[in-house]
Amino acid sequence: MKKRKSEERFAYSVVSPALIIVFFVVIAPMVITLMYTFVNMDSTSTRTGQFMGLHYYISALSSAQFWADFGRTMYYTVLSTAAETIVGLLIALLLDQDFKGVKFLRAITIIPWAIPTVVNGSLWKLIFNGQYGVLNAILLRLHLISSYQSWLGDPGSAMNAIVIADAWKMTPLAVIFFLAALQGFNRATYEAAMVDGAGVFRRFWVLTLPYLKPTILIVVVMRTVEKFKAFDLFYIMTRGGPADGTKTLMYDAYLKAFTNLNYSQAATYAYLIAIIVVMLTVAYMKIMRKGSDELE
Amino acid sequence: MNLSKRKLRLRIVQYVCFAVVAVGILAPVVWMILTSVMYPKDLTSLPLKLIPTQVTFSRYAELFNDTNIDDAVYVFKGALLNSVVIATFVTLLSLVVGSLAAYGFARLKFHFKNGLMMLTLFTYMIPPVAMVIPMYLIFSQFGLLDKKSGLIVLYLSFILPFIIWVMQGFFGSISKSFEEAAEIDGASRLQTLIYIFMPIARPGAIATGILAFLMSWDEFFYSLVFTSSLNAKTMPVAIAEFNGKFTIDYGMISVAGVIASLIPVLITLFFQKYIVMGMTSGGVKE
Repeated sequence: MKKRKSEERFAYSVVSPALIIVFFVVIAPMVITLMYTFVNMDSTSTRTGQFMGLHYYISALSSAQFWADFGRTMYYTVLSTAAETIVGLLIALLLDQDFKGVKFLRAITIIPWAIPTVVNGSLWKLIFNGQYGVLNAILLRLHLISSYQSWLGDPGSAMNAIVIADAWKMTPLAVIFFLAALQGFNRATYEAAMVDGAGVFRRFWVLTLPYLKPTILIVVVMRTVEKFKAFDLFYIMTRGGPADGTKTLMYDAYLKAFTNLNYSQAATYAYLIAIIVVMLTVAYMKIMRKGSDELE
Repeated sequence: MNLSKRKLRLRIVQYVCFAVVAVGILAPVVWMILTSVMYPKDLTSLPLKLIPTQVTFSRYAELFNDTNIDDAVYVFKGALLNSVVIATFVTLLSLVVGSLAAYGFARLKFHFKNGLMMLTLFTYMIPPVAMVIPMYLIFSQFGLLDKKSGLIVLYLSFILPFIIWVMQGFFGSISKSFEEAAEIDGASRLQTLIYIFMPIARPGAIATGILAFLMSWDEFFYSLVFTSSLNAKTMPVAIAEFNGKFTIDYGMISVAGVIASLIPVLITLFFQKYIVMGMTSGGVKE
């Protein structure tokens, strides 16, 4: 009994420095922000301090602006997560093979991931530049476009440009996860299937893909959470423009807080983002679990 | 089809893929490096020359020699130094504080253990913009605005949960017999942690330490909100300011980009094995 007590005391003394930092810096502000979503904290309002109930949630969810932001966030999230997962898987399959030079390729694959996000944003802004950009120069030379395009100046192509910049930097992360999983894969099964005459695509579909399912889930969930919180690339490349074309929920929350000083609206957006992220995470897990049950 | 022909075909496919992937990865990086050494007239030439006929290192020289405090270039240098200081402190502090907590979560029994762990992990779901306004008020109360120490505390707040999560995985996998043997030898709990657990978990500590450094090197949002001068401004904010200027000097941005990428790219290439281990053990432990 005495030993138990001393263990508990020791345990609290080792975990408390970390917990104190996390509590004061993150959890206390998180709770205060939650209060902001129920109380009028909009400094431009005359009714500051008034309790508003669910007013901010209702007005956000019934505004066209919120759903437009949501649509753009989903577009960005789905497209870039799919690109990273699929391209990442293909590259991992290549890197898992044995040929001369594969070690070199494995080493350089991680480079984009190591480049700071802000540098990545500047780099792609330079590539997509409408006046002097190298993308325009290459596409023109290949006769794929007839004149220089303003890639970041058009609402539709600006979002795609951000997706490309993001996927370029983050695909290596997916590659690392898939490669680590593939290297733990039992080759004997694979070779047995080869002897049985199963073709490359069939082997991939029946053996490799089900085996990688948990890793795919991890990559997709991890990336989705990050995408909903993404800010840096949007700030560097487009600042939500042109014509709101790249205004995501997160970027709109930032604008509400720092440009319009509508703290309550910003806080509500932030909590709605968190709720959506939690819901998506749970949904993914359900889908994947259902999928693996069917297999057994 | 005979086997060698099939093998040859496989090799061709492999090397075509190899070329596509290598070009995809390297071309943007090479373009950034090229831009940093191209003459302005070449950068704005139409049609753009993809391979410059002459190069200049004058921008790099300018970066080293500039002493005018109002220049964006000078600000970038100061911010780079701040980034080094902040990332180093965050790495060391988060390893010490995080390993202690991870040991507690992995090996000891105490009330509310699971609840506290879940709460720590939940903070990861909430976007920082949700916390930043009350944080700002709290930090101004404590005089931590525009201070390196303020940013260090902020960075610890999101790096610690990550370190705890990964390190408790490492500690959790260590056999119980080590603990029992140490106890029989009369070692205290702290001694057991320092002399038995830390050496075994050292690869994990190296891996998480590197990731902690890279995470603070890359952080942008908190630095943007919480710093206003060279007291604490970090590299990413300085680079963002380059972009904000109405006459954008892409050559200079590329110089800054190359220099800012040098440290993380070299660390990553050098410690690739550890980074892969740190990242995958963090994710796979779901």
